[in-house]
Amino acid sequence: MNTIFQLAWLIPILPLVGFVINGLGRKTLSKTLVGIIGSGVILISFVISVLVFLQIKQGHTDVIHYFDFIQLRSLSIAVDFKLDQLSGLFLLIITGIGFLIHLYSTSYMHEEDNKDFAKYFAYLNLFVFSMLLLVLGANYIVMFVGWEGVGLCSYLLIGYWFRNSDYTNAAKKAFVMNRIGDLGFLLAVFWLISKIGSVSYDQIFLSANLAKLSVFDITGITLLMFVGATGKSAQIPLYTWLPDAMAGPTPVSALIHAATMVTAGIYMIARSSALFSLAPITQHVITIVGLATALLAASIAIQQNDIKKVLAYSTVSQLGFMFVALGTGNYVAAVFHVLTHAFFKALMFLGSGSVIHAMGGEQDIRKMGGLHKHMKITSITFFIGCLAISGIPGFSGFFSKDSILSGAYEYHPFVYAIALFTALLTAFYMFRLYFITFTGKFRGTHDQEHHLHESPLAMTFPLIVLAILSIVGGYIGVPASLGGHDELSIYLSPVVKSVEQSLAHETEYVLMGLSSVLVILSILFAWVKFRNYKNALPTTWLQKVLENKWYVDEFYQKIVVEPVQSLSVFFNNVIENKIVDGIVNGVGKLVNYSSRQLRWLQSGQVGAYVLLMVLGMLILFFIQLFL
Amino acid sequence: MDIKLYIILAITLFTIGMIGVLVRRNAIIIFMCVELMLNAVNLLLVAFSKMHALNPSLSPTVASDAQIFVFFIMVVAAAEVSVGLAIIVMMYRNVHTVDVNFLNRLKH
Repeated sequence: MNTIFQLAWLIPILPLVGFVINGLGRKTLSKTLVGIIGSGVILISFVISVLVFLQIKQGHTDVIHYFDFIQLRSLSIAVDFKLDQLSGLFLLIITGIGFLIHLYSTSYMHEEDNKDFAKYFAYLNLFVFSMLLLVLGANYIVMFVGWEGVGLCSYLLIGYWFRNSDYTNAAKKAFVMNRIGDLGFLLAVFWLISKIGSVSYDQIFLSANLAKLSVFDITGITLLMFVGATGKSAQIPLYTWLPDAMAGPTPVSALIHAATMVTAGIYMIARSSALFSLAPITQHVITIVGLATALLAASIAIQQNDIKKVLAYSTVSQLGFMFVALGTGNYVAAVFHVLTHAFFKALMFLGSGSVIHAMGGEQDIRKMGGLHKHMKITSITFFIGCLAISGIPGFSGFFSKDSILSGAYEYHPFVYAIALFTALLTAFYMFRLYFITFTGKFRGTHDQEHHLHESPLAMTFPLIVLAILSIVGGYIGVPASLGGHDELSIYLSPVVKSVEQSLAHETEYVLMGLSSVLVILSILFAWVKFRNYKNALPTTWLQKVLENKWYVDEFYQKIVVEPVQSLSVFFNNVIENKIVDGIVNGVGKLVNYSSRQLRWLQSGQVGAYVLLMVLGMLILFFIQLFL
Repeated sequence: MDIKLYIILAITLFTIGMIGVLVRRNAIIIFMCVELMLNAVNLLLVAFSKMHALNPSLSPTVASDAQIFVFFIMVVAAAEVSVGLAIIVMMYRNVHTVDVNFLNRLKH
């Protein structure tokens, strides 16, 4: 076995060690030490990941067996790590961006108490551990363990400020929404076990084993997996937890949105691409859901006023894009977009954290404005992030989004049209956010203006690194039409195979040109409209609907939450109080009553006892003689 | 003599004994009634033993078995009398009465 691969177990274990140390020592360790341990373990993991990645890039892949987890007659589930092209890439994203976020957090969370600070880093390390486990697992069960761990950590971190009941509700919402998806995933795994008798990728994706599945099986399994993915990756109908997840500290949002958690669904589907390619119905469903999510979330983002909410809906929308890519069989483009999105979304979340930090906790962009001259680094890096997400040619987002769009065009021009429209909305709302926040006049209080400052190096350094990555990150996947070699799809080709692209180069040029021109126009439109933004209330009904997020939360409240609550009240009042308690108390009362009645037999009179004895004897005689 | 007469006599004695036990309150009378019941049973055993001894189809030991039982009952009754009278004497010493209804503390 490859010597570097022998170190692979350290990649997830180190964050776990960090979690244990920070968690147990939260009362004794100083903040500096906690920060060093918390970030350091991730840094070492990152270094090992890079070494592993370099090996994988040379074509070495391996499945490393550690120990058997579950042994049942014919089913054997082992804890194995799979080191291949896909997991190698995700390792880099998770540990690399994870490290930057840890570094950023040491400064961002510095005002917390010692104990809370350590708790925060412990959770953060656990989060990274779970995500690494999810990605490294060589079978669906190990993936599921990581999958659940990620869900748990998101709950813990979203509810980090647990004294605020709104925040804990948001955490609960995230957990419940994820659980709904998890159930789908679990059922899919059970289905696979019952049909194939194995959970390891290598076994399942053997063509001999795939042939055992009927069309119905494959469609069912992939649809259930997709249900799992909608939960983790925030797609319709389970997306509402992600915007609420903004309740957590900003670096957590960056971690959830960029490096971990929401990419889990994409990873799972890309990993199972051999299955999904055989299920055209599921692919249609994924495309439609992805497209609808992208459009819906983008439309909501236009009218949000909380800086983090805008970014959250933008994440949901970008995830929709990735699902469009998955649905159109363009797996490489989806992974590519995960990568570039990780760069610029982490950048923008950390940038917004820097803004919130400078504003003293204020998140409402209507109270910001003109921040550019106070915090140049944040502003410029944020601007780069906006350019990247909008898909301006030359920035990373352009290449990945273009790859998705051309795949969508090939799939169906209508899908392309909607996706393009969503991309325009993306550019519009991102620059609306940028212009309202960073240009114009400051609209906050005087105290806040006085307090404005650029963030310390520990916060700006990750921003700069991520900004550079947001610019150059796309050059690993330059399409052939632009003179590139599309290294990413060559790199990924042993694991995921996209549908062959058959567009003529001319068509691609037209598509790229069209999208670039329209995106620039929509940015200019945003510039004209929001350059000198003044507070304005929503006027038209459409704006109101968008500001209220299409009333989806209210709808869910009415359709799901309230019936469930009234059902619970019913169960409590009738089943619990009347029936269950009735039976339990009834038994007690019956015993009480009957013993009170039987007490009269114990009169203490010898004669009465004798009488009873004689009566008993007579009854026995009677039974003996006549029955 | 016809066995029926013995049976009727035994049942009569037994019933008198039982009713005596049930209705009388004097411990000594109850005691005597218990003895009466025991002896009614003894009488019945002896009568049946005699009847079976005349029946050649049964084994000869059947008759003697019943008579041995009678001796057993006599021995047990003698033992019972000695214990029971001792109890009654103790009862009289303590509460100066032999009325069983007076002693109803079993209830508590």
